[in-house]
Amino acid sequence: MIRLEGVTRRYGEKTAVDELSFEVAEGEVCVLIGPSGCGKTTTLRMINRLIEPTGGRILIEGRDIMSLPVEELRRGLGYVIQSIGLFPHLTVAGNISVVPRLLGWDKARMAARADELLRLVGLPPEAYRDKYPRQLSGGEAQRVGVARALAADPPVLLMDEPFGAVDPLNRERLQTEFARIQRELRKTVIFVTHDIDEAIRLADKIAIMRDGKLQQFASPEELLNHPANKFVHDFVGADRALKRLVRVKVSDVMRSPATVFANAGEIGFREAAGRRRFTYVLEPDGRLLGWIDTHDLDQGLSAEEAITLVDAGEASVGPDTSLRDALSRMLGLGFRSIAVTDDGCRLIGEVTFSSVEAAMAEGDEHIAAPAEADAG
Amino acid sequence: MTPHRRRNAALTVAGALAFAVLVSAPSLWEAALRPLFPQLRDVLMPRDTLATFVLQHLALVGISSGLTIVVGVPLGIWVTRVGGRDFRPFVVAATDLGQTFPPVAVLALAMPVLGFGFWPTIVALFIYGLFPVVSGTIAGIESVPAPVVDAARGMGMSPTQVLFRAELPLAARMILSGIRTSMAINIGTATVGAAIGTGGLGVPIIGGLAVQNMAYVLEGALPAALLAVLADAMLAQVEAAVTVRSD
Ligand SMILES: Nc1ncnc2c1ncn2[C@@H]1O[C@H](COP(=O)(O)OP(=O)(O)OP(=O)(O)O)[C@@H](O)[C@H]1O
Ligand SMILES: [Mg+2]
Repeated sequence: MIRLEGVTRRYGEKTAVDELSFEVAEGEVCVLIGPSGCGKTTTLRMINRLIEPTGGRILIEGRDIMSLPVEELRRGLGYVIQSIGLFPHLTVAGNISVVPRLLGWDKARMAARADELLRLVGLPPEAYRDKYPRQLSGGEAQRVGVARALAADPPVLLMDEPFGAVDPLNRERLQTEFARIQRELRKTVIFVTHDIDEAIRLADKIAIMRDGKLQQFASPEELLNHPANKFVHDFVGADRALKRLVRVKVSDVMRSPATVFANAGEIGFREAAGRRRFTYVLEPDGRLLGWIDTHDLDQGLSAEEAITLVDAGEASVGPDTSLRDALSRMLGLGFRSIAVTDDGCRLIGEVTFSSVEAAMAEGDEHIAAPAEADAG
Repeated sequence: MTPHRRRNAALTVAGALAFAVLVSAPSLWEAALRPLFPQLRDVLMPRDTLATFVLQHLALVGISSGLTIVVGVPLGIWVTRVGGRDFRPFVVAATDLGQTFPPVAVLALAMPVLGFGFWPTIVALFIYGLFPVVSGTIAGIESVPAPVVDAARGMGMSPTQVLFRAELPLAARMILSGIRTSMAINIGTATVGAAIGTGGLGVPIIGGLAVQNMAYVLEGALPAALLAVLADAMLAQVEAAVTVRSD
């Protein structure tokens, strides 16, 4: 879909981007990452021709971008710039409608599209469409920036640190939402960040750069398991095992738990307890009520006394949660396993500490070798 | 439109009407000035009616300010474009130089070159009023946040669209305040034009000073001051109408 062939950009003596080549397939998220000044923004802006390359070519769907009228090219590439750049004189809806207006859409269609996109990025249209950019928080403005880039439904999104100006908590929320939106829209995305966790969380492919040169172009798993050189190894960081967990979803490793219905009575409880030490107690409709520890039953407590009631929202995770988040929840609660529930708080599985450990260890045997080979 | 702005607009219109009535009723001036200067034979300059002086003045100011805007705004825009950027230092230097001259000096310098009469005064007023408009336009366009222009280009706007849809709306307030300054200067400076025979409210002022008739001076100075206040109030309305609502 997007193909860079030996793309180079020089500023006088300095080479900002040096012979960069990679290809991003349709519907993929490619994250450009590297230390400050390594050429990420320059690369992104060469794709929409805000910067002209001094060498190499860029192809989109097989066509050299230099052969397209520049305005037409840009309208097909949704662009989210690092500093958001909302128009202060336009409302939120007006900002989202900038490209549709350039394309000559009628008013009703623009308004409907703005509302649709606001809903998509999680901002209720009634509350937000008539606000002005200065009335928005940083996170809200970022969302509007993303909505604006999506307005005319471009097949490609170029995003330059789109969540850069947001605190870590909201950043993670925006990342989760971006992942959800991307599952739905399947855009081809080139996403710039200098946050390796963000890259690992969102990328299908990661292009890691240093001083304008591509160091490795690989899937996050590949990058974690087989860093190409010492620079990549160090950039990824020492906690690769933990980072690997970001890529694993709870639903990938959960197992079916021992359960008993709350109305099963003393006998039912004792029978269920014979199988595993911890048994989840469910409402008749499958919602998680709590759990029992068979040791308590053995010590002569009645079934009712032995139930530990839990708040399903607190003590469980969803199937799409990353294993890292599940792990930190387990550690926070002090459990060695955690329930997995669906949207309706119904129990659908459980994740144990040992399955998390197993996921962490996966690929570990590969870690040391290439790093040492390159260490000199 | 907020109630506050609607009230200001109504006040401005009322002020303009009151001014029109005032200057077209010489008996009112006569009645007001007579008790102040009982010893004078005339309190109104007999050469022309006050309304004529005002209309002459409005023509001077209107034409010169109109030219100033029509030339100054595009000139300011041009030196912020790729094609005109090289001329920016020259234009800015000229701006600084122009503003250090007192308006009378500009007229005095213009006279030997342009001679006497209406059009030489127009040219002098135009040149003097140009500077605030050009510098306001440059400052306005340069105050537009770079990311906004960047986003506009990145979204596929042509250079003209970037100018009209992003830069000018955001620069409008500063451009207008340049125009306000320029017009205030013009209304005052145009009175000096009477010295080189252009008519306007400068006639009773200069004539009054010559014959030591303070009533004549007031006949010219008061309407000129009122005119300046009115013009400023009107432009303030325009400014409020185009200003970005941000709160
Ligand atoms: N217009 C320019 N003139 C000269 N050098 C430039 C110019 N633009 C960028 N550079 C240089 O090119 C290099 C790459 O810049 P770029 O903005 O692409 O970095 P980046 O990876 O996006 O960094 P950051 O993470 O800080 O945003 C930097 O060393 C920068 O100084
Ligand atoms: Mg950058």
